[in-house]
Amino acid sequence: MAIIETKNLTYTYPGATKPSIVDVSIKVEKGEFVLITGPSGCGKTTLCRTFNGLVPHFYQGELKGEITVAGIDTLTHHTYEMAKHVGLVFQNPENQLFALSIEKDVAFGLENVGVSREEMRRKVDWALNQTGIYDIRERSPHEISGGQQQRVAIASVLAMEPEVIVLDEPTSFLDPLSAEKIFEVIYKLNKEQGITVILVEHRLDLTAKYTNHLIVMDEGKVRFEGDPRQILSNEETRLMGVGIPKATLLYQMLKKEGLNLPDKTPLSSEELADQLLEALK
Amino acid sequence: MIEAKDIRYSYPNKVEALKGVSIKIEDGEFLAIMGQNGAGKSTLVKHFNGLLKPSQGKVLIDGVETTKSSVASLARNVGFVFQNPDHQLFSETVEEEIAFALKNFGFKPEVIEDRVTWALNLLSLTQYRKTSPFLLSGGERKRVALASVLAWDPSTLILDEPTIGQDHEQKERLRQFILQMQTQKKTVVTVTHDVEFVAECNPRVLLMKDGKIVADGEGKEILTNPALLELSSIVLPQIAQVFTKLESLGFPKDVIDIYEAKQIILKAKERQL
Amino acid sequence: MSVFDGLRFRKVSSPIHNLDPRIKFVYVIAVFVVAILFFQIIPLLLLFFMQLPFVLLARVQRQWLRSLRGAAFLAIFIFVVNVGTTYFTSGYHLIAPNIENAAAMTLRFVVLVESFSVFFLTTSPDHLGLALEESRVPYEFAFAFTTAVRFVPVLAEEAQTIMDAQKARGLELEKGGLLKRIRNYVPVLIPLIVSAIRRSLELAEAMESRAWGATKKRTNLYLLKLHKGDYALLAITVGILVISVYIRFFGPSIPTIISLL
Repeated sequence: MAIIETKNLTYTYPGATKPSIVDVSIKVEKGEFVLITGPSGCGKTTLCRTFNGLVPHFYQGELKGEITVAGIDTLTHHTYEMAKHVGLVFQNPENQLFALSIEKDVAFGLENVGVSREEMRRKVDWALNQTGIYDIRERSPHEISGGQQQRVAIASVLAMEPEVIVLDEPTSFLDPLSAEKIFEVIYKLNKEQGITVILVEHRLDLTAKYTNHLIVMDEGKVRFEGDPRQILSNEETRLMGVGIPKATLLYQMLKKEGLNLPDKTPLSSEELADQLLEALK
Repeated sequence: MIEAKDIRYSYPNKVEALKGVSIKIEDGEFLAIMGQNGAGKSTLVKHFNGLLKPSQGKVLIDGVETTKSSVASLARNVGFVFQNPDHQLFSETVEEEIAFALKNFGFKPEVIEDRVTWALNLLSLTQYRKTSPFLLSGGERKRVALASVLAWDPSTLILDEPTIGQDHEQKERLRQFILQMQTQKKTVVTVTHDVEFVAECNPRVLLMKDGKIVADGEGKEILTNPALLELSSIVLPQIAQVFTKLESLGFPKDVIDIYEAKQIILKAKERQL
Repeated sequence: MSVFDGLRFRKVSSPIHNLDPRIKFVYVIAVFVVAILFFQIIPLLLLFFMQLPFVLLARVQRQWLRSLRGAAFLAIFIFVVNVGTTYFTSGYHLIAPNIENAAAMTLRFVVLVESFSVFFLTTSPDHLGLALEESRVPYEFAFAFTTAVRFVPVLAEEAQTIMDAQKARGLELEKGGLLKRIRNYVPVLIPLIVSAIRRSLELAEAMESRAWGATKKRTNLYLLKLHKGDYALLAITVGILVISVYIRFFGPSIPTIISLL
């Protein structure tokens, strides 16, 4: 069964002249690792916020169409109910952490829901371990790096044990190495815990390899949805302004010149290197 | 010319951010300063317009020590675009925002009018002349901040992490823009950790770690040196990653340009046949 | 940021730092009450010296002395006003008992300052926040408090960055007369305020996404437990209060220093 399903979703922010998302119909199956990308302003951030009800409850405005997340209709349920099923991690690490110690931050959601202290302790420790920050749990959020802060944000969402974790450009402020570490954590949660992941990113060179369900948006609409290998080989995608990974571009250039590369479009440097080693043996 | 002679700098909280840095930047150069967070990159560039003065050593802009000038007078020639445009924007219209620095520097009203029009044009913001900067999108606000610095035509431009949060199209426009600045013989210094962006521009690269310079040279060489990259926690550009794995085929390792990569591979195939 | 130095918590571990903030606060209130009960200088002096062991045990002597220094100006003012009024109202006589009384009033003020200073110097914001959360205060206030404390260093850094950014555009903050200087801060204040608003919005989004408001019966990861030291302090506090009340209302009248000489 689909864990997220939307039908003709259209939303306009109050006071805006045109809708931010138009007629969006997507289906996400349980356990998938979905990647959403597109040029700035394409609506991907707005779409993320429909998954836990921030749109329309927090932002007001009218949301047309249907949306079901973890079997719940977000239009008729509070965001705090959705929070138990969908966790949202935002772009700016600093503005998601409000407590004076990391473990108190990770416990925040559980405290809000009224979980008992023993159970809370268990879940917090588990989340801290899953994200590799158990050792720094007593530090204050201001003392740690951006990469660590984002891991705290992920842990605090993970502690609620949601079925889905949505991450809106979580590595924008991080250097490539810290970004890679974050993606590894997310990938591990997806593979080992079976958590459905929805990642919004520009940096396809770092993330395309994790997904088999790519959604490309432009001007509020879903332009392409499906196999990333197909979509990223498509000239139209590149012309839309999506940053195709260099390895993929090189592959296309070489194939055009007649090099005997397999038909499987590579999404990472490892894949391309393997293909080249074969072709040039 | 910007010159730093063995400078040391410690923040008020006693942390020593620069531990003996020396560098010379000629007019018209394009330099990318890279390194981990906390390596001292931003601290270093803040010495170039006098925002920070060294605890030891000297910083000379066109031969004059920065300790002898105010930030305002140094800023006249060294324009600094900060990472977050929202830290600068405060005016009611984009026009006023761009005119702000011009007024501070004492430009005449007619000149201000011309400069504002020129800057708006350069960054495709003409239609927003009378718009409030707060109503613009993130990318547009970044352009307004850039326009407000370009307006007074400084000979040196410092860009602090200009690619953060930008999509592919915006980064491409930025790259074109820097090339344009270079044709106008402007010195461009950018602080960044965006390896792919630097790989595409291939400028002179300065690598920093723990307050010291660990490498200074051609982007191509530095960005493909695994020992250096490991030292400063930087990732290899994707093309270089591919070529690192093709070492067994006798390929060079210092390839970061996609067209060069294509040529090398095709030639190798030709030689096989 | 030296103005915050007197309030800044130092991460030192001492028996005083580890005491429950609620009990410490009760103690401070008790000192306040006792200080009000007495006009005579001898009990007030006793009260003053009674704080010293706490200061020494907590190893915050230097900061504590600094806060006293800060209070010195007001203390002198209080003393002079007191002496002055009694001088003028008693017919221009400068008699020793009046000076002693003025000194007592001043000392009362100083005792209040020093006890609050000890409290803030030995209680971390975390502890304070926890105490607020566990008290009857609505959670929103405790949350507002801890969040504010958490973001003070962030805002301070941002203010510095904004000033740098505008200075780099030719803004000269030190020049000009008073009016011009105030106007010069507009390009610093507006981005700061706008940024604060944006930050609040992002925080609110994050809070909502983590089930803020899910239930009125919020639980807490931590629990403030009272230990032996806390009970000891509570006993001391109650003891002091009881003795003071007894002496004040039922005990012998307290001599002045002058009469003892």
